[in-house]
Amino acid sequence: MLFKEILYLIQKDLVLEWRQKYAFNGMLLYVSSTVFVCYLSFGLRSNVLTVPVWNAVLWIILLFTSVNAIAKSFMQESRGRLLYFYSIVSPQGVILAKIIYNAMLMLVLAVICFLFYALVLGNPVQDVPMFLLSILLGAIGFSTSLTMISGIAAKAANSSTLMAVLSFPVIVPMLLMLIRMSKNALDGLDRSTSLDELLTLLAINMIVVTVSYILFPYLWRS
Amino acid sequence: MKKHWWKILAVLLLVFTVVAGMLSEVPRLPILNETIRNLYFHVPMWFGMILILLVSFVYSIKYLKTPTTRNDIIAAEAAKVGILFGVLGIITGMEWAKFTWGDYWSNDPKQNASAIGLLIYFAYLVLRSSFNEQQQRARISAVYNIFAFAALIPLLFILPRLTDSLHPGNGGNPGFNSYDLDNRLRAVFYPAVIGWTLLGVWIVNIKSRLELLKQRLYETV
Repeated sequence: MLFKEILYLIQKDLVLEWRQKYAFNGMLLYVSSTVFVCYLSFGLRSNVLTVPVWNAVLWIILLFTSVNAIAKSFMQESRGRLLYFYSIVSPQGVILAKIIYNAMLMLVLAVICFLFYALVLGNPVQDVPMFLLSILLGAIGFSTSLTMISGIAAKAANSSTLMAVLSFPVIVPMLLMLIRMSKNALDGLDRSTSLDELLTLLAINMIVVTVSYILFPYLWRS
Repeated sequence: MKKHWWKILAVLLLVFTVVAGMLSEVPRLPILNETIRNLYFHVPMWFGMILILLVSFVYSIKYLKTPTTRNDIIAAEAAKVGILFGVLGIITGMEWAKFTWGDYWSNDPKQNASAIGLLIYFAYLVLRSSFNEQQQRARISAVYNIFAFAALIPLLFILPRLTDSLHPGNGGNPGFNSYDLDNRLRAVFYPAVIGWTLLGVWIVNIKSRLELLKQRLYETV
């Protein structure tokens, strides 16, 4: 039952996204212009871009992209539509569907961002599959924690500021793990060295999803 | 009087902590020297912070189960006192770090984690202040408080253990227990932890009673 609900809700989000492409196209433009701005700012002296800087800048771009992309996941829904959902689906279905949908959205955006970034600023990654895995985990991790935060922020008055304020501290532990893991992939270290980070990331994701699953009904009620 | 024994205990323990902490005999260790006395002030702040934030967390859960003003106020006031302890912990820690590690801020994972932890709770205060309607504020900040505490636990207890830290007990450094927390230190340290935590609980108690009275006053006027 819950599973079916989730599928329907994801389908609804996909259809909505497809019909009003401006949101997705806007995010694409956001990603590409940010990457290009980075290129222009570093391009003057191309030798300053060391591997750790390359990595950090990529993750910062991804962080801001995801905050912007996910922030609208509850804000764009009109009041009437939310009331309609309230009467026909369970809150658990809504939050899980949003998390999965946002993870898919973030994955697409992150991969495009990585490709464009590597194209423009050069690609020093030595272990590409591992790096892609860290991007996958990053997309999932960002979407799990930011979806709940955007639900909280959407209730408040100045929600866009609040979104940033609430999400950055919560996301930092995840970001640190991701940066460390992708640094290992960049240097082409043995894959077993990233196992610690990988397990911690999965554990944090599990905690966040469980807490969101339990808490969202209370948020939804108001 | 019977109800207030723990307040007297808190006062006595803190007097003991300050007097004995400053005057008692401590082990002479290289680098640490006399700064080891900070153990009685810096470390209990973190114990106190975690316990008081735990109180806040529990009252947020209680609020979601039975939404009363009392539960909300206690959760909020406990979070504020937790922040106070955290700030004091960071200040005493920076002072200690200056004398032992050579810098106020030395990019230590635990220092960073505690700074991020404080940011999470500052965000909680910002979130609280952005609602006008009281019930909505109470429920949504309770949700965020629970979410934040779940994020804080891996931050403070799991991540620093994965990396090298200058703190004892991390990244191959032996913990206090294993070599230098001898019985002379322990005799002051444990009372200090209990004393500071009780003081924090006392502050929460008074502040939440005051807030409740204020609320009642507004309602009757």
